[in-house]
Amino acid sequence: MKPLFHFHGGIHPPQHKSESAGRGIVPGPLPKRLVLPLHQHIGAPARAIVKPGDRVLKGQMIGQPQGPISAGVHAPTSGTIHAVGLHGLPHPSGLHDLCIELWPDQEDRWIERQPIDYRTEDATRLLDHLRNAGVVGLGGAVFPSAVKLNPGPPGGVPTLIINGAECEPWITCDDALMRERSGEIVEGILIMRHLLDAREILIGIEDNKPEAAAAMRKAAAASPFPMEVVVVPTIYPTGGAKQLTQILTGKEAPSSGRSSDIGVACFNVATAYTVHRAVNHGEPVLSRVVTVTGNVGQARNFDALIGTLVPDLVALAQPRDDTDGFIMGGPLMGHRLPSLDVPVVKAMNCLIATSPALFKPAPRPMPCIRCGRCAAACPANLQPQDLHWFAKAANFGKAQEYALFDCIECGCCSYVCPSHIPLVQYFRHAKGEIWAREREKRAADIARERHTVREDRLAREKKERAERLAQKAAAAATPTARDGAATQSKDDALRAAIERAKAKKAEIVPKNTDNLPPSTLSEIEKIEARRAQLRKAATKSLDESED
Amino acid sequence: MLAALWVMAGLAVVLGAVLGFAAVRFHVEDNPLVEKIDAILPQTQCGQCGFPGCRPYAEAIASGAADINQCPPGGEPGIRKLAELLGKEFKPLNAEHGAPKPKSVALIDERLCIGCTLCAQACPVDAIVGAAKQMHTVIVSECTGCELCLAPCPVDCIHMVPIGEKIGTWKWDPPDYSYGPTA
Repeated sequence: MKPLFHFHGGIHPPQHKSESAGRGIVPGPLPKRLVLPLHQHIGAPARAIVKPGDRVLKGQMIGQPQGPISAGVHAPTSGTIHAVGLHGLPHPSGLHDLCIELWPDQEDRWIERQPIDYRTEDATRLLDHLRNAGVVGLGGAVFPSAVKLNPGPPGGVPTLIINGAECEPWITCDDALMRERSGEIVEGILIMRHLLDAREILIGIEDNKPEAAAAMRKAAAASPFPMEVVVVPTIYPTGGAKQLTQILTGKEAPSSGRSSDIGVACFNVATAYTVHRAVNHGEPVLSRVVTVTGNVGQARNFDALIGTLVPDLVALAQPRDDTDGFIMGGPLMGHRLPSLDVPVVKAMNCLIATSPALFKPAPRPMPCIRCGRCAAACPANLQPQDLHWFAKAANFGKAQEYALFDCIECGCCSYVCPSHIPLVQYFRHAKGEIWAREREKRAADIARERHTVREDRLAREKKERAERLAQKAAAAATPTARDGAATQSKDDALRAAIERAKAKKAEIVPKNTDNLPPSTLSEIEKIEARRAQLRKAATKSLDESED
Repeated sequence: MLAALWVMAGLAVVLGAVLGFAAVRFHVEDNPLVEKIDAILPQTQCGQCGFPGCRPYAEAIASGAADINQCPPGGEPGIRKLAELLGKEFKPLNAEHGAPKPKSVALIDERLCIGCTLCAQACPVDAIVGAAKQMHTVIVSECTGCELCLAPCPVDCIHMVPIGEKIGTWKWDPPDYSYGPTA
């Protein structure tokens, strides 16, 4: 039995897991319309490589990853691309972003799948395969896994932690996945271990999921590489990567550092599952398990296609009449969906139907009484009451000094605050402001540099012109004997130059017409014909007038 | 009495020499205050302050020739920072120099552009590319939104487009924090 450690703080909110747990994973709908955002991950958005009217097969790449940190986007079923354009996203801003709209043909025909053998395949090709398969962290951060699985310096990452804690209330998608697909999760873990060259594998599961832990133990026992399933106490936010690392290893990631800084890589169980599907079956990420719970008649875990619109999915769970909205994610870290016309994305682990009875409106905040309960609950060991003053006074530099960016936005502080102060909301706002200011500062620095370079160039050009003029003046002041001959030859040279220019002009063919559509080409042809006619007319009238 | 006078005179000479040496040895070419002021200014180089660029304005502020409330793109936050740096009282933006506008970038209507290069010459940050009789275009990522290219255009084919909010640059609003009993 492995000794367990503790992290600071944490809370015990009501679990609400039983509503949806233990009812199996139900297939999601195959709707008439799928909307696939091109930016479902951290990093650069994928580039659309299909156009409206294209027929695509299930598993075909429709968005190509670009840049060092990116992931592919795929057609979750066969059908026709209807549009590539802006559509609402499940994002708190309610803003629109580039999406591909796919109309399924209901045949669900697969593209040819290409599984690869990770034991013999080159690591770079394997990572590329994962990147192209759109494998990202499904715990909520959606960071491209290929980047995290690239161990960098030799020696790899000694400890691989698989996160099955699922600490936030209501959510049971990882629980369901571990109960039903534990063998496949273990297969994925073996691939991750191979890439990282890890020597120790720890699977952390909270003690409120005994069935999942048992299933994982059984699957781990059959694994060729030893892996330990560790049952950890149920405290929110055990599922945070840094918190779980601390519980299992006793090591704490440094301030503004990552788990990888202390030789630990942490992945969600669902990510391990998709790694297995991508490598051993050649199947990219096309669906994910989404818990639909809250104010519904049939709370379930659905294996929903990415791109399924929220109304199509939640209809299966039968929301009650007094439902007044949905929360994406859990009640502590999630956010209310500004509109329901948004698709399921890779980051969506849970949809909670809300009603005024189930989620009472937050009481109005009262002044901070400096009780310090938020500091006692903070798992990142911060002083939320101080950060709150700085954020409220827009004193963001000071907030940064007090390690604002170590805040994991778990919401423990807001949960325990007896004055109901929206603390974590302040911290999110402050982080956004700091990022915005940093962007502005970078832009100003670039503008300053460009302006200085331009000023220098103008000054240099002015100086050079003055020098040239002075030289010319000096040359003119010393007349030569062959002045007349020089003028003559100059005239000849001028005439020759004009002839050369004319000949060159006649030769010039526009070079930027290669990729134009035929309609534009024909238009250009027409214009050229008209021009030729005009030119002819012009010369003719000149000849006639000369006659 | 005389000895005391000699000591004082000697001290004056020595200290004077030290100060004189220090003035030469540790001479600072630029006014460091100008750098600090220039770092606060938004670098749009728009000239709305009445000076030909951000740095001349910074120099004018440092020398006391200009007030701190003449920069519309910097807006109120900019004036606050300048006031804090210079130990002056905050004052609202001088309306003579214009009002703050939402950040925008210039867009050239490429169907109308005649390739006269006047806008490229006016651009203070070289953010317009194009050659004589060729279509011009704006490098959006480098455009500061100074509007200096609008006036020289003989065919009025440049207009300003506000930068809309994108998911990548969106930020949370501060939460509602009105005290009171349960709503």
